[in-house]
Amino acid sequence: MSHPQAPQNKASNAIMAQAQGLGKKYIKAFLKGFFVAVPVTVTFLDRVACVARVEGASMQPSLNPGGRQASDVVLLNHWSIRNYDVQRGDIVSLVPQFNIEKDKITIEIKQVDLSHQIKLLFMKEIRKNKRSPRNPEQKIIKRVIALEGDIIKTIGYKKKYVKVPHGHIWVEGDHHGHSFDSNAFGPVSLGLLHARATHILWPPHRWQKLEPVLPPERKPLHREQE
Amino acid sequence: MLRNALGKAFRFLGYTVQYGCIAHCAFEYLGGIVVCSGPSMEPTIQNSDIVFSENLSRHFYCIRKGDIVIVKSPNDPKSNICKRVIGLEGDKVCTSNPSDFLKSHSYVPKGHVWLEGDNLRNSTDSRYYGPVPYGLIRGRICLKIWPLNDFGFLRASPNGHRFLDD
Repeated sequence: MSHPQAPQNKASNAIMAQAQGLGKKYIKAFLKGFFVAVPVTVTFLDRVACVARVEGASMQPSLNPGGRQASDVVLLNHWSIRNYDVQRGDIVSLVPQFNIEKDKITIEIKQVDLSHQIKLLFMKEIRKNKRSPRNPEQKIIKRVIALEGDIIKTIGYKKKYVKVPHGHIWVEGDHHGHSFDSNAFGPVSLGLLHARATHILWPPHRWQKLEPVLPPERKPLHREQE
Repeated sequence: MLRNALGKAFRFLGYTVQYGCIAHCAFEYLGGIVVCSGPSMEPTIQNSDIVFSENLSRHFYCIRKGDIVIVKSPNDPKSNICKRVIGLEGDKVCTSNPSDFLKSHSYVPKGHVWLEGDNLRNSTDSRYYGPVPYGLIRGRICLKIWPLNDFGFLRASPNGHRFLDD
């Protein structure tokens, strides 16, 4: 009984083996591509450039002029600030200084009782919309007003005049009074610099290059000789 | 012939880029080997000791009091410093030198850490430049690799009295 079946079995085995070989080949190719593509992409996003959506009104009118509904998408260039060279007037993104609140927020949300689910969702929404630097991955986007050594007249900071210390910059939002910036937290260390915004990419009619512009009334009183 | 050489060159370039990217990811997200210099962390870390630092705890926000961290210098972003975390946000810290007659205290603001070297008499740290933003932390030192007779985890701070419990 087994004799006539043997060649058929062999053939099917061969086909199976071939299929297995093909599957292995595909998995191998996929893994190889994966291990190339992921590090390359991550490095590119970390070192060269990335794209980010701007939320909030603090940079009006340069960014988000449409108010609440509109949010611009900007190109953030990491490469141009690899040596921490920024000019006065550049728009830069920074790692916020107040950012270790992640755990607290999740715990608070978990603690709310199920019967208050609507309230809970509402709370979540509020927290999301707060757009303060509570989310640790969120960056803040501001304009560089003064570099190290400059003396600047502040708006509502605890001191009226500030000399920006070594290795620090002074940043402000364009929308005075609606911006959480150096007038609230003081000079920012250059090490917190994340990227420089160079272009607005979206919406299409706002496509433009962002030039360094220093508001004339915010010129430093005394510039360090360069 | 030329085509062959070009192909080889491109392949070489591709491999260089690939391994460069893998190295970047490893150093940025996992950790690396660091040579420490300077006297500020004596006796825990001597001058030119080699240590292993891991970056995961920075990404997951689990830096604790007493950890030794590598931080971008607040006054010079191109150089790194190595100090011990004495206080996290909201903690009360002693801001005066041990030799000072009057003790002064202050609270660490939100999103900042208070850093001090183990060699209190020869260390430029938070007593000099104030609390340091958390975003400047690069990694946590977890292992000493060189010299070999001192291999292993790092010792606790010799200045335990600087940690104020509240």
